[in-house]
Amino acid sequence: MATKSLKARNNDIANTSRQLEILSNGIFADGELPTFAAKIKETNQFPLRPKKLEILQINLGYMCNQVCEHCHVDAGPDRKEIMTVETMQQCLDVIKNTGAHTLDLTGGAPEMNPNFRWFVEEASKAGIKDFIVRSNLTIIRANKKYYDLPEFFKKHNVHVVSSMPHWTRGKTDKQRGDGVFDKSIKALQELNAVGYGMPNSDLKLDLVYNPSGAFLPGDQMALEADFKKALKADFNIDFHHLFAITNLPISRFLDYLIASENYEDYMYALVDAYNPSAVANVMCTNTLSVSWNGWLYDCDFNQMLNLKVASKVKHIKDYNEDLLQDRNIIINQHCYGCTAGAGSSCQGTVA
Amino acid sequence: MSKNYYDAADLRKFGKITEWSEELGNKFFDYYGKVFEEGALTAREKSLIALAVAHTEQCPYCIDAYTKDGLQRGITKEEMMEAIHVGAAIKSGATLVHGVQMMNKVNKLEM
Repeated sequence: MATKSLKARNNDIANTSRQLEILSNGIFADGELPTFAAKIKETNQFPLRPKKLEILQINLGYMCNQVCEHCHVDAGPDRKEIMTVETMQQCLDVIKNTGAHTLDLTGGAPEMNPNFRWFVEEASKAGIKDFIVRSNLTIIRANKKYYDLPEFFKKHNVHVVSSMPHWTRGKTDKQRGDGVFDKSIKALQELNAVGYGMPNSDLKLDLVYNPSGAFLPGDQMALEADFKKALKADFNIDFHHLFAITNLPISRFLDYLIASENYEDYMYALVDAYNPSAVANVMCTNTLSVSWNGWLYDCDFNQMLNLKVASKVKHIKDYNEDLLQDRNIIINQHCYGCTAGAGSSCQGTVA
Repeated sequence: MSKNYYDAADLRKFGKITEWSEELGNKFFDYYGKVFEEGALTAREKSLIALAVAHTEQCPYCIDAYTKDGLQRGITKEEMMEAIHVGAAIKSGATLVHGVQMMNKVNKLEM
């Protein structure tokens, strides 16, 4: 598997306008499949508009210790885009005043940002109801300086959400890299040891499941039951919930789809599984995404496609929640990934 | 029209059989949907049975469909292969058990 990001490899797909071109051409341009806009017009859901803001998702940087095959961020050790203290301060000002009940820190590996701990400490003072850190698990075992992360998370009552594509080593390592499974298991056991994920524990530990290939996720509850059974029996691991997330056809996953000649079949599968009731609850209707350099997006996927919010306010330094709420959400064919089947969001299914 | 007897893209058109016989088509798909619901057997177990039968029936559409269905459910390739061996064992067993008929016939005819 690749050890460098698409960007470092100068891959054509690293260019966001090239990605948008692919998503707009071919089967969508020749009318073989309806565009996402045409599809949501069928149920009078165009233009897509925000509802009440519930989640502020902040990307602390694209640097990561892993180079996962499906990563929509194109994250990796070679990515140097990291949020500065100045931008973090602007985010903190917003966090103190936002109406959102959830703060969701993501990356890359957010823990690799040198000011991560300071930012968590400051943000936790704002009294946000649900404070999520998306941890890839292996970071906890990557270097001694991260070994105490479970204790650090506990101290600040952080809700840990971690990626785990399968309960078997083979499938996990194929998607996320050799050795990832064993390290992830060790990290989960350490999180359990400080109380995370235990039955009735307030220290929330949820897992994220992404399919390891060109297929959609199965039923979230059934997968959760299978994960729980296997992780308990094999490794005595406990966790709370599993979020089944569909891979969106952008960035490295798009590159994989094209290289493996699965792109068209995958787009057909997404369109065939289109569920209008998922549209009403897609995450862009209750979330705002902030990039490492402070720009605002409808969601993390639009961030990776460099599609900034269609609002006068485009940057965290000018943040105005009322103005931002009055906008049309930017859509393209990748949005089919969030409306397939039971729907998909960073919080799992939506329909 | 395709020049091949089987075209992978035809699987997506399966639902169209209803257009030429609405009542029977709908009854079939209702029945089909019901069969695969969670029951005394789990949907996961049913998916593996379907995969095994897809192979014994040598239906390329069904093999595509239930391989993908298995992956979506988190079924491993080892589990899928074992299920196919169950189908293969029954298929070969069904052939071989007819050997008894051959033996009976030989025993009857030979002096």
